[in-house]
Amino acid sequence: MKLTLFRGGVHPPGFKEQSASQGIENAPLPARLYVPLQQHLGAPAQAIVRRGQQVLKGELIGRASGPISAAVHAPTSGTVVAIGKHTAPHPSGLPIETVVIEADGNDTWCELHPCDTPFDLDPDAIAAKVGEAGIVGLGGATFPSAVKLKLKNRNPIHTLIINGGECEPYLTCDDRLMREESVAIVEGVRLMLRALEAQRALVVIEDNKPEAFAAMHAAAEAVSEVEVVQVPSLYPMGSEKQMIETVLGQEVPAGGMSSDLGVVVHNVGTAFAVHRAVRFGEPLIERITTVAGSAIVKPRNLRVRLGTPVEALFAYCGGIKGEPARLLMGGPMMGQVLPNMQVPVVKGSSGILALTAQEVNEQSTANCIRCSRCVRACPVGLVPLEMAGRIRVGDFKGAEAWGLRDCLSCASCSYVCPAHIPLVQFFNHAKGELTARAQADHKAKETRRLAEARSERMERIKAEKAAAAAARKAARAKKAAEEESAAPAGDSETSTEQKETSA
Amino acid sequence: MKSPAAPAPVTAPHAHAPGGVGEIMWTVILALVPALLFGIYMFGWPTLWLVLITLAATLVGEAFALRLVGRPVGPTLGDGSALLTGILLAMTLPPWAPWWVGVVGGLFAILVGKHIFGGLGNNLFNPAMLGRVMLLIAFPLQLTTWPDIAPLHSAAAPSLAESLAITFGGAAIDGVTGASPLGHIKTALTQGIGVSSSAPEVYSFIDGLFGSLRGSLGETSALLVLLGGLWLLYKKVITWEIPVSMLLAVALPATLLHLVDAERYAGPLFHLTTGALMLGAFFIATDMVTSPSSRLGQIVFGAGCGLLVFIIRTWGGFPEGVAFAVLLMNAATPVIDHYTRPRIYGRDRQGKPLNYDSEKEGRS
Repeated sequence: MKLTLFRGGVHPPGFKEQSASQGIENAPLPARLYVPLQQHLGAPAQAIVRRGQQVLKGELIGRASGPISAAVHAPTSGTVVAIGKHTAPHPSGLPIETVVIEADGNDTWCELHPCDTPFDLDPDAIAAKVGEAGIVGLGGATFPSAVKLKLKNRNPIHTLIINGGECEPYLTCDDRLMREESVAIVEGVRLMLRALEAQRALVVIEDNKPEAFAAMHAAAEAVSEVEVVQVPSLYPMGSEKQMIETVLGQEVPAGGMSSDLGVVVHNVGTAFAVHRAVRFGEPLIERITTVAGSAIVKPRNLRVRLGTPVEALFAYCGGIKGEPARLLMGGPMMGQVLPNMQVPVVKGSSGILALTAQEVNEQSTANCIRCSRCVRACPVGLVPLEMAGRIRVGDFKGAEAWGLRDCLSCASCSYVCPAHIPLVQFFNHAKGELTARAQADHKAKETRRLAEARSERMERIKAEKAAAAAARKAARAKKAAEEESAAPAGDSETSTEQKETSA
Repeated sequence: MKSPAAPAPVTAPHAHAPGGVGEIMWTVILALVPALLFGIYMFGWPTLWLVLITLAATLVGEAFALRLVGRPVGPTLGDGSALLTGILLAMTLPPWAPWWVGVVGGLFAILVGKHIFGGLGNNLFNPAMLGRVMLLIAFPLQLTTWPDIAPLHSAAAPSLAESLAITFGGAAIDGVTGASPLGHIKTALTQGIGVSSSAPEVYSFIDGLFGSLRGSLGETSALLVLLGGLWLLYKKVITWEIPVSMLLAVALPATLLHLVDAERYAGPLFHLTTGALMLGAFFIATDMVTSPSSRLGQIVFGAGCGLLVFIIRTWGGFPEGVAFAVLLMNAATPVIDHYTRPRIYGRDRQGKPLNYDSEKEGRS
């Protein structure tokens, strides 16, 4: 297959050897699971259980609300002991609505609805099952998968890209899944193809995962519509737009979606979850998570129930050596700092990392020397040094004119900056600021519009009143004139008085 | 650069490529050391004094300016940027120039060339070249007095005492000076002597390559400068765009005109191995602060530098034009940056979103 590699990109050391050789193991079931009702992009799920209620493994506990939302299920059987705020894996560290389940230890499934002939289902039924199972993008973006499977209604889809790039350092969960569950993944891919009514699927794997490539290649050999493609290891290959550019040679138009090109991208983990959901009726209650970083005693790949506090995973991996400089959820390039160790694993937790100071390599910032390494690293073609220069002086509009809105926040620029300038942090800040300003602007405009409408209304009412009064006056004057003409002369004084009172 | 949002939350990325600003500067310095040492060897003690004085002047200037604006002096001096400016300036001065040339040039380069603009990263012009051009205009005699090659321990070399007299005592050195090869052929042309007869008197390719010709330290061994530059390319401290386009922009017109009229125009090898062209292409024009940031911009910039060098050498009033060429192109850098912005993903060159329909047509 002809590849058109995207511009720029960086080669951070992979550190994948820490965990790549570790086969997927089941993480122990903790005594209590903290299941957030928002583990996806979009509206939070609505809790449908109450305190004290017994739930079975796989039972719906949070219903999707609104068009972009995802259902949440009980990861094990037990009792709902609390529904309330718990720290969530989010940089703000703010608590979100969480269902706390005390495991009864039996791990009893609720009634599932498997399907032995999933390929006889019609496309919308597959998408519906995926939606019911609460599946979201497991690469970390956590966009509800069912919504993406219905994109064919907007624009015909011809190609499904399965993202097995896993370009973030340390993470090997997709690598392991592809090595161990290749057949199941290929079935998931075929089900998604059917749901999308697309013609072909490309499973894209970086060349630093030869075993995964071999396994997937073997599993897809007999399936003509699924092709497995090896691409160079280059961050951010896992970014949807950059992957499309690499394998299809096309760019998603600015402001558009990949489906505008007839392409949809899903993660390999999502394909596996689709297989489990459609064939076995299993909702998404667990995922594979890489626990790694040089501060972890024994890095591993774990099959983790959603809601498991990360400290349980650290404990299972032999604990933490020394003082870790940073605890992360996700990869080091785009992951988030964990506010504490009680944070639960959620649908988007591809990795839990404990990094040493040496790995983080944080240094104080120096002046920009315009070395333009950021320009060469940017996969989008932006000039980060120019944007940062403008943001530094508060010129957000100027930064926007240099393409701020097209920034992916992939952090390649920050990664290479020899002056250690927090470039991507600048851009995220400025994007937030611009959005806030746009909202404030919109609010001001809306307020002005409403105020203008009100004064117009008041004017109109006043005018109507005046018109009515004038009409009344005219009617009276007419009446008076009639009376006057009927009455004898000298009666005019009364009519003048009448006029005054009526006015 | 300080983050506008304080206190900044700890956000991605949580990994960073090795190296820093200091490492870049020190690598460039290291790449210059062979040519610098060779030059000192070729011109003897007075050169060593001049280099040391120039370096001291830039470092003192840097420390003074930093103290003035209340920034920490130690770490910034340690990043090597002022030292690099000093080395580059010293390498473009006549090797036996008096001490005050180094002092005035070094202070001017750092204070006016760099700190007036706000210090490291903010200067529009290459500080070392600004220092050199100021000296050339203010002190044309001292800046165009080129001593003969007199390697240390050779018979022609000045003794330690003589060297002190040359550098600090203003001793006359008329007997042992002459024109640089570029100056010589220029003068000869005005006297109606063609290049084919004037050039061989002062120049041979081998001498130019290995560095036994009159000139500044950076003009002596083109080979050592080239090797240093190639090493920087290998270390990925500089990229190929500026050196290659600059050298080509000198070599191509030189070849062309030489073919047309060999008596009037010197050939490409003469141009490449004389003067400060090699130093300019690999170490001066590639100054990151004062050159464009996009690949295309760098090619335009390098080509502009090269063309200007060729034009000044061939038709200008000065025999050599690297410093002028680089400064002129420095002034053009913001404009080049503006017009050579890379195309953004999903947009055309004008910044408009790509058209879906044309994309689809392209596919079918």
